[in-house]
Amino acid sequence: MQDYLSIFLKAVFIENLALAFFLGMCTFLAVSKNVKTALGLGLAVIVVQTITVSVNNLVYTGLLKEGALAWAGLGDVDMTFLGLISYIGVIAAMVQILEMTLDRYFPPLYNALGIFLPLITVNCAILGGSLFMVERDYTFTESVTYGFGSGFGWALALCALAGIREKMAYSDVPHGLRGLGITFIVVGLMALAFMSFGGIKL
Amino acid sequence: MASKAKEVLLNPLVNDNPITLQVLGICSALAVTTQLNTSFVMCLAVIFVLIGSNASVSLIRRFIPSSIRIIVQMTIIASLVIVVDQFLQAFAFDISKQMSVFVALIITNCIVMGRAEAFAMKNPVGLSVLDGIGNALGYSLILIIVGFFRELFGTGKLFGIEILKTTTDGGWYVANGLMLLPPSAFFIIGLLIWAIRSWKPEQVEQGA
Repeated sequence: MQDYLSIFLKAVFIENLALAFFLGMCTFLAVSKNVKTALGLGLAVIVVQTITVSVNNLVYTGLLKEGALAWAGLGDVDMTFLGLISYIGVIAAMVQILEMTLDRYFPPLYNALGIFLPLITVNCAILGGSLFMVERDYTFTESVTYGFGSGFGWALALCALAGIREKMAYSDVPHGLRGLGITFIVVGLMALAFMSFGGIKL
Repeated sequence: MASKAKEVLLNPLVNDNPITLQVLGICSALAVTTQLNTSFVMCLAVIFVLIGSNASVSLIRRFIPSSIRIIVQMTIIASLVIVVDQFLQAFAFDISKQMSVFVALIITNCIVMGRAEAFAMKNPVGLSVLDGIGNALGYSLILIIVGFFRELFGTGKLFGIEILKTTTDGGWYVANGLMLLPPSAFFIIGLLIWAIRSWKPEQVEQGA
């Protein structure tokens, strides 16, 4: 149990996908204008990340890994070079399924998420999560935890940035720096702050 | 027609730059720019993938049902990226090791997907290829500038060749460690945006 807790905390704070690995930056910068939308997108990312990392873990261990196809008499076939295309396929399919399910059963949530849902497919945080899962050889339960944790960390960073940007409306930013420019600087400072988690060993 | 083509090719360089204005493809711009070497390879890879994906998506744009278009685009992009990835592992193994997952992450580099969705789905092949070249060059421009500053001030080198002699080697330049850490990339891009927008004030977001 402690193992899982440490994977979770590590994924949220120390190895925060947004602020330590800089994944999912495009959406991160584009959708952090106010806390409410940020919260919606954050939730969607947590759900998608949890599902895709665990499903990709099954795909990896069950189909792609060297020796995984032993049951079919292909014991020494290494299919890992197909990894990228399978992971992204799973992600795209998952997002589309999620979109259809939400549309059918939870219309209010579907409308709230709107355009963000399809955009999650190209959120590098999602693919990055799956790639890190493969690189670190997580088991199935570990990858569920990791998926949830990394998604949660990303959502946390997004909401924090959105909060800061909302307050920024009251500050006097130099003209050319307004909007995107100052956002970059703020994220840089946030990243510096999150780096202080770096030394913590769990 | 000729002027349209020129516009499509040259606009993304400064006027409609993918990184500073469209906010696309930031992740890789931050992660691989600690050295000029890796930024340069990254640029070549993105140029190749973007041209390839824009051309292929544009070729089959009339046959893609809109409900599954994202999966189709992703498959095309992923195949191109696998080609690049295998090529780098075969011919430039050191660099491919340094770039680790970020070659693979070209797949989700929003520039590729964004241009496929926003431009290649609606325009003929020729224009789409030009759009691909233009955007890839605009992206490369920023990457090279950021890489230049980070490597020069972080280690005193350019392309691994010593320019400023650092104190650790008995020279005079104290290497700025911050430049090698990711936050510096944010600051450099932020300042770059400031510079571009002071030059072209119409890019400043209204009401922001």
